[in-house]
Amino acid sequence: MSKAIELYGQQAKERRQRAGEWIVENLVRISGISAIVFVVLVFFFLIREGLPAFWQVQPGNLFGTKWYPTFGFFGILPLICGSLLVTVGAIVIALPLGIATAIYMRELAPGWLREILKPLVEILAGIPSVVLGFLGMVAVAPLLRTWLDMPTGLSAFAGALMLAYMALPTIISVADDAIDAVPKSYRDAALALGANHWQTIWRVVLPAARSGVLIGVMLGIGRAIGETMAVMMVTGNAARMPDGLLAIFQPARTMTATIAAEMGEVANGSTHYHVLFAVGIVLFVITFLINALASVLMVRSGPRRGGQLLG
Amino acid sequence: MSRYWTEKIAFVLMTLAAALVVIPIILVAGYIVYRGAGAINGEFLFGMPFDGMKQGGIFPATVGTVVLTLGTAIAALPLGIGAAIYLAEYARDNLLTHMIRMAIINLAGIPSVVYGLFGLGLFVLAMHFGTSILAGSLTLGLLTLPVVISTAEEAILTVPQSFRVVSISLGGTRWQTIRYQVLPHALPGIITGVILGLERAAGETAPILFTVAAFYLPRLPHSLFDQTMALPYHLYVVSTQVPGMPASMQFGTALVLLAFVLSLNIVATIIRSRVRRQRHW
Repeated sequence: MSKAIELYGQQAKERRQRAGEWIVENLVRISGISAIVFVVLVFFFLIREGLPAFWQVQPGNLFGTKWYPTFGFFGILPLICGSLLVTVGAIVIALPLGIATAIYMRELAPGWLREILKPLVEILAGIPSVVLGFLGMVAVAPLLRTWLDMPTGLSAFAGALMLAYMALPTIISVADDAIDAVPKSYRDAALALGANHWQTIWRVVLPAARSGVLIGVMLGIGRAIGETMAVMMVTGNAARMPDGLLAIFQPARTMTATIAAEMGEVANGSTHYHVLFAVGIVLFVITFLINALASVLMVRSGPRRGGQLLG
Repeated sequence: MSRYWTEKIAFVLMTLAAALVVIPIILVAGYIVYRGAGAINGEFLFGMPFDGMKQGGIFPATVGTVVLTLGTAIAALPLGIGAAIYLAEYARDNLLTHMIRMAIINLAGIPSVVYGLFGLGLFVLAMHFGTSILAGSLTLGLLTLPVVISTAEEAILTVPQSFRVVSISLGGTRWQTIRYQVLPHALPGIITGVILGLERAAGETAPILFTVAAFYLPRLPHSLFDQTMALPYHLYVVSTQVPGMPASMQFGTALVLLAFVLSLNIVATIIRSRVRRQRHW
């Protein structure tokens, strides 16, 4: 009798335990799935609030070259061009600097210096963009004004400079990992064939690390194109079409800055409000594509094995 | 040119590049401390702003940022750690897992100002939270979620497989194994990741622009549904929106914000290095 009760108690305990396991497993699964839900929700809300812009504004106007919302001109091309101009400028500055710094930190710097450099780059990653923007306004723009003889110094170039430093930590750390992942046997082979240190870096290590470096560049671009505050504070915020390469030294205005500067002042549900969400859709799609590309590259480059040849 | 000289020149260029990256960082930090230190006093840190923010202190902005950072943690932690446990311990190599990983990568890539738009659309307007600490915390929490998930997952994966094998061979269930073996050992790593995520959230301006930030509100917030000032937005306001603002107010605000954010960074670094030293496996 008592044995039966014991057995019954044990079974009940096991049942409870199994129910507990089931509940926990499903709770954490739901947390995981929530990531998908949030991406869908973000996209849904952008569409819901942004889509009306596409029938409230004539396509010729919406994809035109004039952005004067108070007069009913909602051309988003100058904003897209502004974002591209600043982002391309930032990458042109940050890419060589970032790769060279990664090479210096991993190949040339003595151990003690590397221990100082790494946290410094981490600090750069941690500086809030509004602080960088503030410094850009009060320190960098005045310097540019005197050095380059510009009217204010607030220009796409100042924005690109700020963005370059914000993208640098990403580029450096990914390039650093990529260089680290190059099998030691490659290096040994090059050195054994009589190449010196630099020839080994330039002809063997860098080509072998190129897919990793490319991922760093993609992520850097994604970061730069979505940056808001620093850009808004230093680019001078003039929504104009760039005319040639020298436009980089003139004021520009990005998509992000436009949303941040104007959303606070529009009436909910107005045309202007919907157009700003439409600009958000464009931003979302661009960063989505860049990140999808980077993640595909990441999966393809995968964990590299020693025997695998370049590629 | 001999390859010897090519190497010399290349190395000099690399060194110069590294200097170009690092020296501005030191200059930036140094300049803010140099110009901002003079503004720091009791009234600035613990006083209310007055005279259109040109005088007084930044106490409500500091409190607002601390409150928002806590709110972000509360919003992001349960979901983030749950998702990390799922990915590290339960997920199989199937379509669902791939989709979750893609979603996390994309969440991490969404521009912060787009999070602001989303927070405005969902929390402020559709859910009727209004411009409030609640809406701002949820928006920032969502922005922090991908960081928390990926760092927590990494921390969980560093716990050696043998720990799990031993626990299960002793009759432990899956959850018991996770609860009593995996999580305690992964905890410091998870905390580090969470703090780094909060560091980013604390300095963000764009997501709080339309969801919580008040231009000028010289009092402390009363409830979750109250607006609040916040340090990053306050710095933006005093440096661009108010003409004739004394420079000491601007640099002082920048210094306090930078100190808050970097102290989070330092705490995370200390925990991380201490754990690395103590780890025996």
